[in-house]
Amino acid sequence: MQLTVWTYEGPPHVGAMRIATAMEGIHYVLHAPQGDTYADLLFTMIERRNKRPPVTYTTFEARDLGTDTAEIFKNAARDAYERFQPQAMLVGASCTAELIQDDPGGLAKALALPIPVVPLELPSYQRKENWGASETFYHLVRALAGPHAPAPGTERPPRDAGRRPRCNLLGPTALGFRHRDDVAEITRLLDRLGIDVAVTAPLGATPADIARLGEADFNVVLYPEIAQTAAGWLTRTFRQPATKTVPIGFGATIDFIKEVAEIAGVDPTAVLAGAPSRLPWYSRSVDSTYLTGKRVFIFGDATHVVSAARIADKELGFKVVGLGTYSREFARDVRAAAESYGVEALITDDYLEVEEKVAELHPELVLGTQMERHIAKRLRVPCAVISAPVHVQDFPARYSPQMGFEGANVIFDTFVHPLMMGLEEHLLGMFRGDFEFHDEVQPSHLGHGAAPAPDQTQIKETEIEKAEIASVVQAVTWAAEAEQELRKIPFFVRGKARRNTERFAEERGLATITVETLYDAKAHFGR
Amino acid sequence: MNPAGVARVTTGCSEAPILRERGQREVFCGLTGIIWLHRKIQDAFFLIVGSRTCAHLMQSAAGVMIFAEPRFATAVIEERDLAGMADANEELDRVVTQLLARRPEIKLLFLVGSCPSEVIKLDLSRAADRLNEKFASTTRILNYSGSGIETTFTQGEDACLAALVPQMPEASAQAPASLLVVGSLADVVEDQFRRLFDDLGVGPVGFLPPRSSTELPEVGPNTRFLMAQPYLADTRRILESRGAKALQAPFPFGAEGTTAWLKAAADCFGVDESRFTAVTALGRERAKRALSHYQEQLAGKSIFFFPDSQLEIPLARFLSRELSMRIAEIGTPYLHRQNLAAELDLLPEGVVLSEGQDVDRQLDRARAARPDLTVCGLGLANPLEAEGLTTKWAIELVFTPIQGYEQAGDLAELFARPLNRAARLEV
Repeated sequence: MQLTVWTYEGPPHVGAMRIATAMEGIHYVLHAPQGDTYADLLFTMIERRNKRPPVTYTTFEARDLGTDTAEIFKNAARDAYERFQPQAMLVGASCTAELIQDDPGGLAKALALPIPVVPLELPSYQRKENWGASETFYHLVRALAGPHAPAPGTERPPRDAGRRPRCNLLGPTALGFRHRDDVAEITRLLDRLGIDVAVTAPLGATPADIARLGEADFNVVLYPEIAQTAAGWLTRTFRQPATKTVPIGFGATIDFIKEVAEIAGVDPTAVLAGAPSRLPWYSRSVDSTYLTGKRVFIFGDATHVVSAARIADKELGFKVVGLGTYSREFARDVRAAAESYGVEALITDDYLEVEEKVAELHPELVLGTQMERHIAKRLRVPCAVISAPVHVQDFPARYSPQMGFEGANVIFDTFVHPLMMGLEEHLLGMFRGDFEFHDEVQPSHLGHGAAPAPDQTQIKETEIEKAEIASVVQAVTWAAEAEQELRKIPFFVRGKARRNTERFAEERGLATITVETLYDAKAHFGR
Repeated sequence: MNPAGVARVTTGCSEAPILRERGQREVFCGLTGIIWLHRKIQDAFFLIVGSRTCAHLMQSAAGVMIFAEPRFATAVIEERDLAGMADANEELDRVVTQLLARRPEIKLLFLVGSCPSEVIKLDLSRAADRLNEKFASTTRILNYSGSGIETTFTQGEDACLAALVPQMPEASAQAPASLLVVGSLADVVEDQFRRLFDDLGVGPVGFLPPRSSTELPEVGPNTRFLMAQPYLADTRRILESRGAKALQAPFPFGAEGTTAWLKAAADCFGVDESRFTAVTALGRERAKRALSHYQEQLAGKSIFFFPDSQLEIPLARFLSRELSMRIAEIGTPYLHRQNLAAELDLLPEGVVLSEGQDVDRQLDRARAARPDLTVCGLGLANPLEAEGLTTKWAIELVFTPIQGYEQAGDLAELFARPLNRAARLEV
């Protein structure tokens, strides 16, 4: 058993729902008790979809357990077929139904419905949401595109020179982090390269679209967590190459364009020459100087954290002090990325472990999920959300992709804005000690009428420092004067200054920290 | 018992036929009750013994109400726990030990059963006994089931309170009569009722659940209890088995319901008519004034209830009698005739009552009825809005303080706001 307060991923059948809900003309019959219908609200409330997910739950009860739950399943599947008339059906079990072992696949087969029925085996007690989505997509692709596969060993006929190259976009789902906008952005980018999109799947695809996936020249894997398995099968079966680069960030978008151009045999020069992103210039503009070396902690799904780390390090000049993921299936990729930034990857699905790590590292910015937003709020650290799981506000009405050049613009804003809050650090540094402009005033956007906020910086310091100080032997004390001087140091570096000074004093066996010790330590460590 | 102060309708709905349906239900399971119970019992912690689905449900259902430090968590059952029952018990003990080491301030720990723990027959009452021995000096450990195969939404509170009743101290047969109010109420509402009972001279008054687990009220043969919530069937039965007697009354929604509810207690405690009138006059007057703001907007509008919290019948009674709304259908997950006897009498004749749910068929009926307002769960609200129906989230009626005189206007406002919004928007 694992003790958990919050969870990064839902169960695997929620992953299957993300595939079904993304598509048209499909229905998912889920053997499940009534409580599992909560999953509908993920789509209708959090994502604000205007339709119910195409899912029928069998809703068995305790009194049914001794009798015939299999019959309940068969009735539900038959009724769902009659009512919704889908082109294909997914059938499976949630965690509770898995325990009663009714075999939805076998039961559905016995119904002999006149449409393809894809059985899903998603072990709830071992696996989680993204794996469930990936597995569902893979089985759907195999079942629907499989019958159109060429004989093994057949070479792919060369593309008709008269038409533009065609690819499929694989991986966007319902409830995905900005998937809707990413698809629009990448479709536009490919078009400028002279490449058409044949099928986008699962988002917006019908079962008939899935059946013709093999017709495209290659596949673009937008979200490896969802599409890598299916894309691998398509490569083996239809000899379709698949992309490896995920185009999140300026550099990654350039790499993606080159990779796609190579696969499709098109010339990327024109597109690369006019790379329409403001990120490189905004990053070089003098206003961004204060971003230098900002210590950033990154946690989320594998694709988004690897991309975010590259952007943070190479494109914004931050320092990556922590990097981690809950996507165990991609632990190797994240470990490799972390190593390149000189940190050890945190691979865990335990929210509390992440919280501990953030408190320990004391970063200046957290890039994470909805969970890290809570962690950062508690520890009073600025935070931006870069990955699912997300909140309703992470489905913005505006166009807000993460991918491509526009995505890089969006990400620049997303990463940088939390660091300002009307208390811009360079101004605080320049006007240090100003009686009207210091860290204990309200951020300006809250206005003058508002009551002063509870002293945030002090809470931040005491919460984090208490733990740290407790671990250090309480041999060093602060002279009152030095303590006062410490308060003049801007709040965002004060905690670090305190720790460094104490370490400095301890190493030198000093019992009391004076103003001199403070400045000696400052000179010793540098900023 | 016919509470005085309410004009009895001769027919009502007490004998009305009920449409009983079985099919897909769009209702939360009983685990969700933890979301308000952990705010109510301030030193209690709820440990769900369940699957990742349960943990995911809790954070998704809590939605906007996520608290930084919730007093609930899930012990997620994994593959190896299913391999052998001995392992699962050892694992549970380990998790509880880990939890109580992290949160030593917890005085009462509920082990909450879920669908998977019920299906694998993990015996949580034995686990609670075993763990009570270990932690007797610091924490009391109880158990109940909030599983979706046994409970729907608000029934989780019933199961929780039913688990608390045996812990209530025994009041002696010689003890003077006391009143117990049963069912979670917001603290502000509880305080208002306490003041009213004090002014009436009714008391001593206890509340179940109490704000602190160490303040469980006494119960005995001279305890009379008033239900503040209609869904507490098991709690009622267990209280009765300890000798307490239920006072039959409508539920305290609106001026009429609140008056009738208070009157049931006042009559039982021999409060004379003039004192009752004097004490309640101000509240009744304020409630009526507050309701008058919404009269014009709501009168004649039709409303359709999807089953959710079991509050549907008392709410429909309030809306039809005090705001003249028309009732298209009242769906409720379960209909407890005994708890709702006083309510059913007050419903207008000919109302469609449905119990249980087949959500697709019920959606067909709602589309055909085209009600002005539809009360439904979170999963259905946006799809119905997209079809042009105006909706109200049922869950808000559970989480918002709506009982008593001072909240009558707030309650009407909850129904008026979606209509108001629909009327304003030009997009």
